Amino acid sequence: MSGGHSTYEPKTGFEKWVDSRLPLPRLVYDSFVAYPTPRNLNYAYTFGAILSVMLVAQILTGIVLAMHYASSTAGAFSSVENIMRDVNSGWLLRYMHQNGASFFFIAVYIHMFRGMYYGSYKAPREILWILGVTIYLLMMATGFMGYVLPWGQMSFWGATVITGFFSAFPLVGEPIQQWLLGGFAVDNPTLNRFFSLHYLLPFMIAGVVVLHVWALHVTGQTNPTGVEVKSKTDTVPFTPFATIKDAFATMVFLLVFAYFIFYMPNYLGHPDNYVEANPLVTPAHIVPEWYYLPFYAILRAITFNIGPIDSKLGGVLAMFASILILFLLPWLDTSKVRSAVYRPWYKMFFWLFVANCVFLGWLGSKPAEGTYVVMAQIGTAYYFLFFFPILPLLGLVEKTRPVPNSITDSVLEKSGGGKPEAATAAPEDRG
Amino acid sequence: MKKLVSTLLSLAMAAGLGTGVAMAAGDSEYAKAPREQDWSFSGPFGLYDKGQLQRGLKVYIEVCAACHGLDRIAFRNFTELGYSEDQVKTLASEYEVTDGPNEEGEMFERAAILADYFPNPFPNVEAAAYANNGAAPPDLSLMAKARAATRGFPQFVFDIFTMYTEGGPDYLYSLLTGYQDPPQGVEITEGTYYNPYFINGVSLAMAPPLSDEIVTYDDGAPETVDQYAKDVSAFLMWAAEPKLEERKSLGFKVMIFILIFSCLLYLSKKAVWSRVEH
Repeated sequence: MSGGHSTYEPKTGFEKWVDSRLPLPRLVYDSFVAYPTPRNLNYAYTFGAILSVMLVAQILTGIVLAMHYASSTAGAFSSVENIMRDVNSGWLLRYMHQNGASFFFIAVYIHMFRGMYYGSYKAPREILWILGVTIYLLMMATGFMGYVLPWGQMSFWGATVITGFFSAFPLVGEPIQQWLLGGFAVDNPTLNRFFSLHYLLPFMIAGVVVLHVWALHVTGQTNPTGVEVKSKTDTVPFTPFATIKDAFATMVFLLVFAYFIFYMPNYLGHPDNYVEANPLVTPAHIVPEWYYLPFYAILRAITFNIGPIDSKLGGVLAMFASILILFLLPWLDTSKVRSAVYRPWYKMFFWLFVANCVFLGWLGSKPAEGTYVVMAQIGTAYYFLFFFPILPLLGLVEKTRPVPNSITDSVLEKSGGGKPEAATAAPEDRG
Repeated sequence: MKKLVSTLLSLAMAAGLGTGVAMAAGDSEYAKAPREQDWSFSGPFGLYDKGQLQRGLKVYIEVCAACHGLDRIAFRNFTELGYSEDQVKTLASEYEVTDGPNEEGEMFERAAILADYFPNPFPNVEAAAYANNGAAPPDLSLMAKARAATRGFPQFVFDIFTMYTEGGPDYLYSLLTGYQDPPQGVEITEGTYYNPYFINGVSLAMAPPLSDEIVTYDDGAPETVDQYAKDVSAFLMWAAEPKLEERKSLGFKVMIFILIFSCLLYLSKKAVWSRVEH
């Protein structure tokens, strides 16, 4: 869609001078002003913009927090408390950053589920999807390491448990774990490298986001019908149409975000993280941040040995597999129809999948004992069955509903008639 | 399709936000739910009751401070409780702190000043544990945020809408007033005290610290265990979250701004999109 037909026209002499040397204004104009977006996008499509805002907010608050933070086991906890008490607006920056991580994940989960619902990962958008999953993985690593930095009890013990995963691998496991920790246990070297990486990874995320947006602008956005853009009437220019809609959705998202920052800043956190890390006292329940809980449930669901693989390694493999399988999604879905709107069976399995993720999240917060284990095993089974064989089989056997001829057709049908000809005038020329 | 977004949103909320609290204090299977109190600092416009904080400070100094530190609070912070600088200076001067080394390389004792942090009753954790039957009394600076009983489903969902964030002080109040004789058949370790609200076991090493008329109030507030417990819990909430008032008042302005801005954006969006069928 951005195939070389730029509509940017430099007007002033200065603009012409720049355009013939470094056509950056042209790039921005083509990407964020003239860029055609499907006219039927709903609010589920605004989360890309919301995520960009969140990434910038996290980086900005993080940079200032880092000016006041001390990454040593002796000083980390106190430096965070110093930020909360004595740094000007420190409490605000810290609560924004802490809750910002959670809201970043809320947005990314909605963004991913939207992609799954409308089949956004299908050809020709496989690389776009893979880049997205890569960003998600980087986010998980960043979030995990960020949670360690305040050096509370849950920071320390969460880090101990999660780096302990690597020790499950035979032979190489323990050397890898020691290499990651910089020692035999979570300690000062671990905290220092986590701080360094926590500062680095967001910029890597920003880099992959650029690729993600680039790939998006090559293929164009999907839309709720799943039908590709066919003519100019199917689209509206990004500015003002998408810009104003994204801005409104972002503001509403920020309203909820602000509610948590100012009125319930510790709701999403764990009280134990207001107790300084103590290697000699293990908390009764070690739980990760909420956004990892479904994967934590999968990890603990494998309580049995599978052949030569013991339950610990099995759990770790299942957990990694549950994330890595997302990379294969474009090839696991064999359906010719893109959007769940026209796929009644897929729609049902999709919502079941979403409910199952919530269910696994709840189980991740529960102790791994009794019926919780059985429930987690059922949830884990469905998680994987959804990707294989349900998805590939559905594409072969599902009877899909008729797909509209074009986005324009679908829009006009929904708004109750009017001949398609009536809408062929470019939107810019009207009213 | 707007339904899809709202469903996704509410699911994500229920999943994420909910479990966040569900996992808080998961070790409280045997603990009784704390008794919820009316706190002046709850709600969107909540403010600390300065008289209550002053009474709570008195209870802390006369009772808790015998064993518990308050390391993150400096004397200068007490001006936030409504005391004048001179009053706090006088209070500080009643405490001795170690300073130095001086020109001769010696450490020396001097009266505390505003910049000094509240002195700890013990020189180190080992001394605190030794003096207390092996269990070192924890520092109280963050206690009101470091403890909370589990809320469970569906309460943790309602908590978002009722803005319930007083789990810490409710817990402290309930613990301080909750000491009782162990029910029949419940064995407790020698030297510990039964308390059904305690989240880390059936009994704790701290003896019931409060009794009626143990602290003299000069503002006419009742000198009861119940009142002491409430006052000191409120004081500890202030110690843990001194910026609460600033946070809530700024929050109101921010929310109003975002709300108005959202409305304007919505109207602009409507105007722009009215040009096309969508």
